[in-house]
Amino acid sequence: MTSDQIANPVDIAYLITGICFILGLRYLNSPKTARLGNRISMLGMLIALVATLTQGIVGWWQVGVGIVIGAAIGIYSARVVKMTAMPQMVAAFNGMGGGAAAMVALGDVLRLMRDSGGTVPVDQGIPIVLSCAIGSISFAGSIIAFLKLQELMTGRPIQYPGQQAVNGLIALIIVASAVAVCASYLPETAFYVLLAASLLLGVLFVLPIGGADMPVVISLLNAFTGLAAAMTGFVLDNNVLIISGALVGASGTLLTVLMGKAMNRSITNVLFGAFGAAPKGGAATEAAAGGGHVRSGTADDIGVMLSYAKEVIIVPGYGMAVAQAQHSVRELADQLEKKGVEVKYAIHPVAGRMPGHMNVLLAEANVPYTSLYDMEDINPEFARADVALIIGANDVTNPAARNVQSSPIYGMPILDVDKAQNIVVLKRSMNPGFAGIDNPLYENPKTMMLFGDAKKSIENLTSVVKGL
Amino acid sequence: MSAHLLTELTVFILALFVGIEVISKVPTTLHTPLMSATNAIHGIVLVGAILVAGLANPPLHPILGVVLVVMASLNVFGGYTVTERMLEMFKPKAAPTPTDGKRG
Repeated sequence: MTSDQIANPVDIAYLITGICFILGLRYLNSPKTARLGNRISMLGMLIALVATLTQGIVGWWQVGVGIVIGAAIGIYSARVVKMTAMPQMVAAFNGMGGGAAAMVALGDVLRLMRDSGGTVPVDQGIPIVLSCAIGSISFAGSIIAFLKLQELMTGRPIQYPGQQAVNGLIALIIVASAVAVCASYLPETAFYVLLAASLLLGVLFVLPIGGADMPVVISLLNAFTGLAAAMTGFVLDNNVLIISGALVGASGTLLTVLMGKAMNRSITNVLFGAFGAAPKGGAATEAAAGGGHVRSGTADDIGVMLSYAKEVIIVPGYGMAVAQAQHSVRELADQLEKKGVEVKYAIHPVAGRMPGHMNVLLAEANVPYTSLYDMEDINPEFARADVALIIGANDVTNPAARNVQSSPIYGMPILDVDKAQNIVVLKRSMNPGFAGIDNPLYENPKTMMLFGDAKKSIENLTSVVKGL
Repeated sequence: MSAHLLTELTVFILALFVGIEVISKVPTTLHTPLMSATNAIHGIVLVGAILVAGLANPPLHPILGVVLVVMASLNVFGGYTVTERMLEMFKPKAAPTPTDGKRG
């Protein structure tokens, strides 16, 4: 690159795109400006695409047909998807991006070999193998995550003997084939081996991860796709790909670490620990006070209790998402507020299946975000609350995390629901949560269970409250 | 390592730091839209897809080229639409409540 060359207008456009993306993310720091941020980010994307189309594109029909089909399916499915299905939707789109990055790498390797007589220059080879490997893992992993979240396959961890050894072997094959591509030793064959092995590793690495750990996996796969996109930028000498990919890589990694911290577990433990499969000690049940007696109540009793409370804290969990009960929850809260009850929502950082999952669902139901409280802010509040109403949350309220050392979730910060005067748990049945751990909270003398579908139960409660 | 690669590496690493800096200021309430927004942003791989599929003498079979562009476009358009839908829902208190006296 000579210094007196005049800058290519396309590169200037790419620079503007990079700025738009950074500003777009910057404006996400407050719900007030977040929409503006997303618009700025869209504008940046548009600028980059228009600029790219001016670069001597010949295959118009391929590009045109591809964009039209992709946009139509993408916009349609994003419009019709239910808010409760958001995690799998994001996983699916993420997988598409990862797959695209891997295919761009394939295109690059074939182009380079054609142009340079069958060899791959090392400077380009390294980013090519990285974008192929990371992109394929993200693609295959996202698809498995999608299938698990959509319940097309079991959300429980799938394990088999020698799992780590198999994964290790595949990782070795990936490294070996990547080195072969960079050394131009049978580069085309090596590349296909790399592609296949990476896809396989993507599948195998998400299989043993249970549903409760999905927030971590989804943010990690998001980071992967970002990094894969950045690597394609190195191959194509394209700064906008490098900048955007790095932004997403950083964001995904940061979120992954935050999720891990919220569960007091290292990322390695999440990825290789197979949470739900941890040996179940009887210790959790033994440690529970109250002698294993579970008290169940009726909608009438609980409705009356809620109506005469001064403060109620609602603790939503994945069960609320499954039952799509967020609107009913809002109605119940409205009725209670009419009676002068103060209603707050306690949001555990890993409640649900993706970071901030509960916030989005409650926002959909028009719950003002000012009523939602983070764990640190709400925990001291429980002692003042008359009722903690737990809707489909389990592990994030499990006191075993505080005092049962043998529990797999020991050490995870939880919501202090047991400090409230009364505890009401809405639950489908006595089945343990995704993590498969008993919850001594249900045997607490202050706890009253209301079994049944969360949505139905809440509607019953609402009609009781209304009738008083 | 060529000087050119070093320049690109510089851009990459600085962008990582900018990313961490900007993202760490996003509140938990907005973590889902954040994931979705960054998900849409990595749809920028569509630029790469167009460059690979659309240039004269493309290295990939035309059908593969279309598949590639479809996948990347799904990521871009789906990603932004989902994010927009999520953000639409984030409102402050919908109507002033009786306790909200300051609004007058």
